[in-house]
Amino acid sequence: MSFSEKANPRGSVGDRLRDALPRLVLSPSVAIVAIFVYGFIFFTLYLSFTDSRILPSFGWVGWHNYDNLFRIRAWDTAVSNLVVFGVLYIAICCALGLLLAILLDQRIRAEGFIRTIYLYPMALSFIVTGVAWKWFLDPGIGIEAVVQGWGWTDFKFNWIKDREMAIYTIVIAAVWQTSGFVMAMFLAGLRGIDGEMMKAAQIDGASTFALYRRIVIPQLRPAFMSAFVVLAHMAIKSYDLVIALTGGGPGTATELPATFMYSYTFTRNQMGIGAASAVIMLMTIAAIIVPYLWSELREKK
Amino acid sequence: MGFLDIKQATKSYGSLKVLHETDISIEEGEFLVLVGPSGCGKSTLLNMIAGLEDITSGEIAVRGRSMNGVRPADRNIAMVFQSYALYPNMSVAGNISFGMEMHGIAKPERKKRIGQVSDLLQISHLLDRKPGQLSGGQRQRVAMGRALVREPDVFLFDEPLSNLDAKLRVDMRTEIKKLHQKLGTTIVYVTHDQIEALTLSTRIAVMFGGYVQQLGTPKEIYDNPANMFVAGFMGSPSMNLFPAKVVSVDGRPAAEMWLADGKSATVPFAAETLSSSVGRDIVLGIRPEAITDRDGADRNSAAVHMVEAPVEVTEPAGSDTFVVSQIGGKDVTGRFRADVNVRAGDVFPFAFNMEKAVAFDPQTENRIA
Amino acid sequence: MVTASNSRASSFGRIVLYAVLGLFCIYYLLPLYVMLVNSLKPLSEITAGGMMSLPRDWTFAPWLSAWSSAQVGVEATGLRPYFLNSIVMVVPAVALSTLVGALNGYVLTKWTFRGSTIVFGLLLFGCFIPFQMVLIPMARMLGLMGLAGSVAGLVFVHFVYGIGFSTLYFRNYYAAFPTELVRAAQIDGAGFFRIFLRILLPSSGPIAVVCIIWQFTNIWNDFLFGASFSDFSSQPMTVALNNLVQSSTGVKEYNVHFAGAIMAALPTLFVYIVAGRYFVRGLMAGSVKG
Repeated sequence: MSFSEKANPRGSVGDRLRDALPRLVLSPSVAIVAIFVYGFIFFTLYLSFTDSRILPSFGWVGWHNYDNLFRIRAWDTAVSNLVVFGVLYIAICCALGLLLAILLDQRIRAEGFIRTIYLYPMALSFIVTGVAWKWFLDPGIGIEAVVQGWGWTDFKFNWIKDREMAIYTIVIAAVWQTSGFVMAMFLAGLRGIDGEMMKAAQIDGASTFALYRRIVIPQLRPAFMSAFVVLAHMAIKSYDLVIALTGGGPGTATELPATFMYSYTFTRNQMGIGAASAVIMLMTIAAIIVPYLWSELREKK
Repeated sequence: MGFLDIKQATKSYGSLKVLHETDISIEEGEFLVLVGPSGCGKSTLLNMIAGLEDITSGEIAVRGRSMNGVRPADRNIAMVFQSYALYPNMSVAGNISFGMEMHGIAKPERKKRIGQVSDLLQISHLLDRKPGQLSGGQRQRVAMGRALVREPDVFLFDEPLSNLDAKLRVDMRTEIKKLHQKLGTTIVYVTHDQIEALTLSTRIAVMFGGYVQQLGTPKEIYDNPANMFVAGFMGSPSMNLFPAKVVSVDGRPAAEMWLADGKSATVPFAAETLSSSVGRDIVLGIRPEAITDRDGADRNSAAVHMVEAPVEVTEPAGSDTFVVSQIGGKDVTGRFRADVNVRAGDVFPFAFNMEKAVAFDPQTENRIA
Repeated sequence: MVTASNSRASSFGRIVLYAVLGLFCIYYLLPLYVMLVNSLKPLSEITAGGMMSLPRDWTFAPWLSAWSSAQVGVEATGLRPYFLNSIVMVVPAVALSTLVGALNGYVLTKWTFRGSTIVFGLLLFGCFIPFQMVLIPMARMLGLMGLAGSVAGLVFVHFVYGIGFSTLYFRNYYAAFPTELVRAAQIDGAGFFRIFLRILLPSSGPIAVVCIIWQFTNIWNDFLFGASFSDFSSQPMTVALNNLVQSSTGVKEYNVHFAGAIMAALPTLFVYIVAGRYFVRGLMAGSVKG
């Protein structure tokens, strides 16, 4: 497709301008991204090695901020929370998404309608989701109060106020919001599987269970890959939901790297440390996204 | 200097050379077909003529004017694409008129020319439709109309018939040939279908591996293929190619061939060309229609020789029966009359018309006689 | 896939299947139900443990309060000004990033050049970075540009970080668009912009809808940029909603919070219901590139 690549030098300025036109049209975007993505990445990277506090400053401190960062208890909490949250979030979303996709793939009447219901939370802001679940899980007025009101006076569900359990409420709300999306991804994968192969497997005597376990699910690998990448990257970037649902609390019980970065940079005036934490977030995401984009774009060729 | 001159043209993508030094010169009104398997460089060459791809080195000129670096739009060419490339959002009339509009031709003139072309191609009743509402054959006609209306110096066709079903393809082939005869336009036509090449062209360039293997009239290409690739590629069923040895019989050169039952047969050549090559291994090329049953043999040929060979398979094809034997370890097909009573397993006399036989060097694969 | 081996067993299976699917419908709809019914009842009914019940006294007062009089941050303006902020922010940001994305996609598929895949990869990576990485320099940059704390600043930020996805959509769409059409138009004498306007753009309706919906949903729902780069007068809806809910002064008016949450959700929910097909396509194209 490189027919536009004009190797031959052209005479007039007009000709040369015409040949350069496509690249000229692309160049503002390239410039914007070069500055506002890559330039900014390098700026923040640089700040993470400086003594910046409330404002950027350029006194070089080497690895000092990173040393400090890993000694801060709150960062420790944030990272271990991210592990717990990320693993559960991805695993439950995938399991639930796969289950719903398989159930919906059984020639269900009103499939479109049901699918619409499963997927609508994806259209909502995490803030809205957070508000809804915040009060729904609130022991004072939410599910605990309601069930107690129904007569089970011993019923307790106060995870959102419990330092140990609060992180799981984030998982609940996040799974509610995204599992329908994962379902849609798997459903698309299922619909892409060759129907004749299914018939062949049935003629070979495979039960429905064996059909899915041996034939269908192994073929959903690309969908699993995409789901993993999307969910992992959402988990690492999770900020809004935590702010709306728990505000990082009780205490720092639901702090995640994203909220840590924000509070250290903008409220605690430790910009150098905030920058260092952002760099670590970027590295984590890049480790997932870069190989994925690489393989996707290479396949295209 | 011809009408369209391709001089030492090459094309490389980085270090990959997809078209080697190519020289073709065609006269006004010629119908040149570039034929070859996919990846042979034929479409690349066509795109270079169109200006859609740059020429890495060499030159392409029309009417003596170099086209190097000239925009496609300024070359006064028109092109018919494999997918027809009709603009989906424009009506048939819009499609035909777009190019004239881009070239600043006034509206009354555009209307006049659309009228002429659509009459010629019998698509006047389709002018208001969108391409999506047309059948394959109709789209094909519109695509040709779009090219014709430009009244270009050269028409370029890029596999224009390959998206049509078999029957329609034959009809459109005839149509294109009629159109060429009527208008006398200069055409460069790319196809991988050797029958299209033979039926349509005034000259054929057979291409393979980025080289023009042979350039000549259909008859030259068919009767005197330059090498084993051309021999095997042109003609259907393709030319039989099997190993043989040049021997001397009564002082005349003859081909010794090895049959499947362990016997060998010796058949004299019609010409003396190979008399200096006695003892040499060759690949003998002979087309299926030159291997027949005794009564089906060409009565005008002075060099029909009988070979008793075991029959391996017979394939009745209605008008003919193809009879397969093995010679030198290769399947050799003969074209027998349909009512010849021959069965697999028989040993049967095959009539070889040696006037039509050609010989190739097994190493270079080039024709030696 | 359903074998009709034993009709009784399979019809029992179907009932279970539909029951399970129905239960999940309840699961997904429950929070919406909670928001809706509680936005239409007096506060006392909620605090008395009646969150799951339908309102006994139907009232529209929480909606009116959320819209025009509730305390958001320091001022009792309701959410109305912030809703308008969001609209003023979303419209130009979506329009700009879609237009630029369409042009980029066109160049990156039909006028490729050496390294264009790498350029695309670099543009695309920009969508996936944690935006924490750009918050500090962007805050300074907006200050330098005189856009700090303004809606125009937010428009700019969303435009910048929306380019990647818009380009992705149009690139993948145009990659499937027959290149022969572009070549035919070149031979017909059309230039770069003419081919785009006359040949590609008329066929770009579906992908434009997908892209607009995606950008609209993303930008409307954004919180991080809104919280970082706006001041009280330029806050978008999501930030204002969060302020409404988190404000520690006075009684917690849950019913007003729920009404506000629905207001913040309505535009995107409306788009989802009207054009769900395109929304799903956008989601899929944003994750499964191809």
